Amino acid sequence: MEQLLEILRSMHPDVDFSAAMDLIDDGILDSLDIVTLVTEINSVFDVTIPAEEIVPENFNSADALMALINKLDEE
Amino acid sequence: MRFTSYEFLGFLVLLFPLYYLVPKKWQWGVLLAASYLFYAFAGWDCILFILLTTLSSYGVACWIGWRASAEETYLACHREEMDKERRKAYKAKEKKRRFHILLLGLVFNFGILAVLKYTGFAMSGFNQILNVIGQGTLEIPDLLLPMGISFYTFQTMGYLIDVYRAKTKVERNPARLALFTAFFPQLVQGPISRHSDLAEQLYMPHSFDRKEFIFGLQRILWGYFKKLVIADRILIAMKTLLADPEEYRGGYVVMLILLYSVEIYADFTGGIDITIGIAQALGMKLRENFNRPFSSHSTKEYWNRWHITMGSWFTDYVFYPLSVCKPMMKLSKWSRAHLGNSLGKRVPVYLATTVTWFLTGLWHGAGANFIVWGLLNCLVILVSQELEPLYARFRRRFPNLSSSNGYGKFMAVRTFLLMGLIRSLDCYRNVGTTFRLWGSMLTVWNWGELPKGMLRLGLGVADYVIILGGCLIMASVSVMSAKRGLRERLYQHPVLSWVLCGGLLIAVLLLGAYGIGYDASQFIYDQF
Repeated sequence: MEQLLEILRSMHPDVDFSAAMDLIDDGILDSLDIVTLVTEINSVFDVTIPAEEIVPENFNSADALMALINKLDEE
Repeated sequence: MRFTSYEFLGFLVLLFPLYYLVPKKWQWGVLLAASYLFYAFAGWDCILFILLTTLSSYGVACWIGWRASAEETYLACHREEMDKERRKAYKAKEKKRRFHILLLGLVFNFGILAVLKYTGFAMSGFNQILNVIGQGTLEIPDLLLPMGISFYTFQTMGYLIDVYRAKTKVERNPARLALFTAFFPQLVQGPISRHSDLAEQLYMPHSFDRKEFIFGLQRILWGYFKKLVIADRILIAMKTLLADPEEYRGGYVVMLILLYSVEIYADFTGGIDITIGIAQALGMKLRENFNRPFSSHSTKEYWNRWHITMGSWFTDYVFYPLSVCKPMMKLSKWSRAHLGNSLGKRVPVYLATTVTWFLTGLWHGAGANFIVWGLLNCLVILVSQELEPLYARFRRRFPNLSSSNGYGKFMAVRTFLLMGLIRSLDCYRNVGTTFRLWGSMLTVWNWGELPKGMLRLGLGVADYVIILGGCLIMASVSVMSAKRGLRERLYQHPVLSWVLCGGLLIAVLLLGAYGIGYDASQFIYDQF
């Protein structure tokens, strides 16, 4: 989780990602951020997030994103 | 049958009572018949193409659905004998098979769109090459371009991709899919709906809801006001300015940029108001396509607020898949290794952004001006992205200034002008001419003649007053709607509501730009 928070903080240092729950709905992460995030996750966690998983529910919070990474890793 | 024709008003007057009087289970059938009747007015030969898209999508979606069910059954039957690795390999093989079926549907339908819409453009480019090497030219065929083909193709292909992604159910009834593809209010200029949002609404029974029906009619009336009173009035001046662009340089270019910004806003949002209003009167809720775009502080924000359904289509079905596909991930790793982490991670993102904007430009029209328009939008977005650290430093250094109301307004005006400048490529339809005329804004200093020149464009002082008044009304409605549902508030005051609607109707009847031998122009987005 700490690695993921580090990636997120490097993109938006001013956001408290451990508490934020509406990263997409509040417009904190836009499409360019999301793709940067997906490539970072691919590089750090060796997990490929497919396009169909790029939906607000999976990217609205660090917890949701971590759950997605774990799910894809298990698959 | 244009939205602005008398035939269309007659069509609606007959449709609304019929829709609510027939047994509820027939309502969607009435809508299907009405949609095909509406489409038949564009030409019977157009129907062939929309039928091809409907039937091919029906077949492909059912095929994908059948393969997905077969996979589930197989996995359930062989649960005991398959370990995790074998299940994973089987799933991957089946997914690839479904992807190939999807590809078949996409290539077929985008192929139809490409041949009908882009053959002329491709051949004229090819002819230029032939000319240079002295090989003569080929005759460009005059192909039929069915009404709304870009919109219904994108909407139906979105459905196919969603079926492949298991985001929506497979439609087993071809007639129902035909209605989703051809639903008449959004056939002409969108919004591009998602199957999961619209389909159920189309097929479910709808009881007459007086409040929703009145809201729908109000929205339709508001759309006609924007289109007929403001957009079509500005069109008169636009036609003059574009008839001889070299004559109208310098200050006139600025004037064109401002007028066209208002015209396309009134025209496109007016058309969408009519579309959403008709759907609302029929008991349905379509996705909004605009969210106060001219209040945007940046180009990126502008494109999240303008033509929202098209933007989200390209984001979900082009930008994301392209950005996260295997070759792009490999490129990401390669660029990080060779260009460093900071620059390397941006390469695939920027490449995917450029391709997406190139295709967005091409979607808008078969012409170099549209491609340049798309790429210029992309350039502005990417430059802004690169300058973001600088903006962040500015915000930290001057927190009060950067959060002030005045600075926000400055950003909105800057974005409005920048978008207007790029949008003028739509008007001149020629890249060289557009760039030359942009240059003339700095070199030709003819501002002094503008006050008199404005009155030689086919519009009188009264017309400019009406346009200005219309802009103020649009801006006020936009601000009031953003704070709290304007129509909800008006609904609490029925007398005021009817007076305002009556005023709007009188304005449309008396101030609409009809002229002699009235033939309201088509909507700008009809051409896309």
